[in-house]
Amino acid sequence: MIDRKLLEEHNLTLEEYEKIVQLIGREPNITELGIFSLMWSEHCSYKSSKVHLKTLPTQGKNVIQGPGENAGIIDIGEGLAVVFKIESHNHPSFIEPFQGAATGVGGILRDIFTMGARPIALLDSLRFGPLVNSKNKAVMEGVVSGISSYGNSIGIPTVGGDVYFNECYSLNPLVNVFCLGVVEKEKIFYARAEGEGNPVLYVGAKTGRDGIHGATMASAEFGEDLEEKRPNVQVGDPFKEKLLVEACLEVMAKRLIVGIQDMGAAGLTCSTSEMAAKSGTGIEIDLDLVPQREERMTPYEIMLSESQERMLIVAKKEKVKEVQQIFAKWDLDAVCIGQVTKGGKLRVKANGKTVVDLPVEAIINLCPVYERELKRPSYLESTQKLEPIPQPKYYNEPLKKLLSSATLADKEWIYRQYDHMVQTNTALLPGADASVLRIKDKKKTLAITLDGNSLYCYLEPRTGGKIAVAEACRNLACVGAKPVGVTNCLNFGNPEKPEIMWQFKEVIQGIAQACEVFGIPITGGNVSFYNETDGVPIYPTPVIGVVGILEDVSKLISPGFKEEENPIVLIGENKEEISASEYLKSVLNMEKGSPPQIDLKKEKRNQEFCLEAISLGIVRSVHDVSEGGLALCIAECCFLNEQKFGCNLELKDEIRTDALLFGETQSRIVVSTQNQNLQKLLDLAQKRRIKAAVIGKTGGDNLVIRHLDQEVVNISLEEAKRLWKETLPEPYKIR
Amino acid sequence: MKFGVVIFPGSNCDYDTYFVLRDILEQETVFLWHKDHDLKNVDCVVLPGGFSYGDYLRSGAIAKFSPLMQEVKEFASKGRLVLGICNGFQILMELDLLPGAMLRNKSLKFLCQFVTIKVENDKTPFTHKAKKGSVLRIPIAHYEGNYFAHPEIIQGLEANKQVVFRYSDAQGNINEEANVNGSLGNIAGITNREGNVMGMMPHPERASEILLGSQDGRVIFQSIIEYNS
Repeated sequence: MIDRKLLEEHNLTLEEYEKIVQLIGREPNITELGIFSLMWSEHCSYKSSKVHLKTLPTQGKNVIQGPGENAGIIDIGEGLAVVFKIESHNHPSFIEPFQGAATGVGGILRDIFTMGARPIALLDSLRFGPLVNSKNKAVMEGVVSGISSYGNSIGIPTVGGDVYFNECYSLNPLVNVFCLGVVEKEKIFYARAEGEGNPVLYVGAKTGRDGIHGATMASAEFGEDLEEKRPNVQVGDPFKEKLLVEACLEVMAKRLIVGIQDMGAAGLTCSTSEMAAKSGTGIEIDLDLVPQREERMTPYEIMLSESQERMLIVAKKEKVKEVQQIFAKWDLDAVCIGQVTKGGKLRVKANGKTVVDLPVEAIINLCPVYERELKRPSYLESTQKLEPIPQPKYYNEPLKKLLSSATLADKEWIYRQYDHMVQTNTALLPGADASVLRIKDKKKTLAITLDGNSLYCYLEPRTGGKIAVAEACRNLACVGAKPVGVTNCLNFGNPEKPEIMWQFKEVIQGIAQACEVFGIPITGGNVSFYNETDGVPIYPTPVIGVVGILEDVSKLISPGFKEEENPIVLIGENKEEISASEYLKSVLNMEKGSPPQIDLKKEKRNQEFCLEAISLGIVRSVHDVSEGGLALCIAECCFLNEQKFGCNLELKDEIRTDALLFGETQSRIVVSTQNQNLQKLLDLAQKRRIKAAVIGKTGGDNLVIRHLDQEVVNISLEEAKRLWKETLPEPYKIR
Repeated sequence: MKFGVVIFPGSNCDYDTYFVLRDILEQETVFLWHKDHDLKNVDCVVLPGGFSYGDYLRSGAIAKFSPLMQEVKEFASKGRLVLGICNGFQILMELDLLPGAMLRNKSLKFLCQFVTIKVENDKTPFTHKAKKGSVLRIPIAHYEGNYFAHPEIIQGLEANKQVVFRYSDAQGNINEEANVNGSLGNIAGITNREGNVMGMMPHPERASEILLGSQDGRVIFQSIIEYNS
């Protein structure tokens, strides 16, 4: 009998249950209840976010596939398309950091190769609590090893991403994994179960009891029962997945199959019912035929298991033998467990008895959609009151503190654990503004970046959403790439709370506005709610992944200064905006005020100017100003090359020195150029009505900044770089 | 000449190596499937990097049982050229074609980065176009690349000039700081006693194009090509 307690365990409300009964005309049995609990979970159904996600721009002339499939697809010309998506694996990564992160990588990879694309790049957006806390330290170490272990083994380079540290992630770290694949346009595959009588094949790893209720777990807050949830996290096997990638791409290339879907969250339940629902067909499977690695599994357990490295394939009836031969070549089983039927039903048999008989439409498309209550959070009253900010006399010390802030410091400790070069396409090593990958035998080169400042979003969600998109595009502009498509991962607290839903709506509006201005479509992504422990939510954290194209890879440019005596030019203007900055946070311990404001049209013009300057070959280095402000940007320009170059800056803006050095005013880019190209650069700026001013030149062994004829910073590069490099490894030193 | 690149389940630098040999160096290159018994008349067998069999049990420990390895052993015993890169090096040690073993890196972390290695022997088929004492900038990417062998084996390697590459600084100094993974004697690459089988941890196929930051790796493939002509 189904009672309240059982419903609670399945995270279903009484109203939802009543709707199920009404839809199927009877009480569901326990397996069926399990199926609904998964597919109607927030994680799978997007029931709270749907109404808002609809407002995002998803159209564009290059969009081959928008939201709703395993991943989005953009046409990049030359007969090719890119398939990409970002997804969260937050909850599992806190409970079991290594496996949680590893299976996050495995999951997103399957979403990409399922569509016929060979994955060529992984990026990760990570958010942790401060490393002074030993638990946070262990979580980061586990997550990084997990990503490293899975990505390296399978041979897909992890080429970039971003990492932020904030107290709000101590009990809810975020692990968002992005993957991009490349496919010939004619060879794209979809999750379809077409052709009555076509066999349904189960391929890959055997099914065990791992991961049961993973999707439901990701749809609730954490509380005291955290430790008990460990068995809910799946275990990854990258070797098996490598075999799956090769075998699946081979059967797809030979056109032996009709459709294919990975068994990710919600496993066999999701893959069978989604494929049928998308094709208006039904599926019938026999659980006795499902390969199992544990004994006496119940139908409930088999249907809900989230064992990794499994795929469901609908093959062409006459090609089954050939499909099985290819899988055998890769030492994998491909077992026929059922067939496509008409009538739109998911029918599951076990021991000769029917244990599930449900209309797929009800499972997939009739989940209730909620327009949840919205309320502007009251914390905004106090965060917007900014008390007077003391000004230091000399700025060496604050700059040193910023260089040693974990969020701003060098991330080499992380990325050198990732194989970022395998596949030999990595044209720009990690640490630059964006990752750049060539496509062998093609002219087009890809650039990818992930971005999202949650402090901005916490203090002013809409502005934060806009900036996330704008900065990602700016990062692409800095390497010479034009943005073509966006994926997003939206990490928030509990959507049943009106304040969280308000943050969500505001951030989405910001993202939508920025995407409209930049003319780039959102082709999919993922929403992760319930990032909340004991009632305390994370800051709203959208992570924006933008893919761009470089038309000419020979024009590729990197952020570090290249030689002595090069004029340094600032594109954009300095304003007195210091609140919500990393400086206030890590030096003065204040997370207050409004984030910098952004004029999206001006931003776009600055980026276009930057792109033109790069394409004309009149700049030597390009780097954007972001967290840490102008001073940190310049410091990075000084030592991002193996050979370091100091510089002398002469700043004349009549604003507070702290804001000038460390404020995070948007739409600014620092470039260096050779003397003979300086005038061309300035003329181009004037022609385009862009603010561009010479602020100094490269040279020397120190970073020297003068403001209104006063020296405010003079620091040796040796020391600056050491601080910047030592911050992340420091807590992990073996003593 | 004709190169053969072996594909094991879990190989992941197979295509990278194939690409450099075929497209950059314009040599006839074929893939060799680990389950076959056919070396397709190649002049040089390359065991590429990756995680054959997921590196389960121990790197290279399962790959050595692949059917094709019988032929590779025979091929090597006839003095023909065999090159193992990274996981390929590990497999060559498991096959007893090269002495020694790999421990985990001294940092106990996977390491992917450019390193500099010094050419210690330029009289091998794999390095005769490089100059002794010259320094090559080539990336590494491994978790188990910390070369280890018993002292008498090390002595033998040194006495027979089987140490081909050592981790060094950019000026060619062999010191502890340059020894990224903790290898005995900074060893980055060795040959067998006869000199026709070489294993190296750095990836020359990742350093064969300017776009990727270095083309110092080419000299190894070019040496093989010239040796064969």
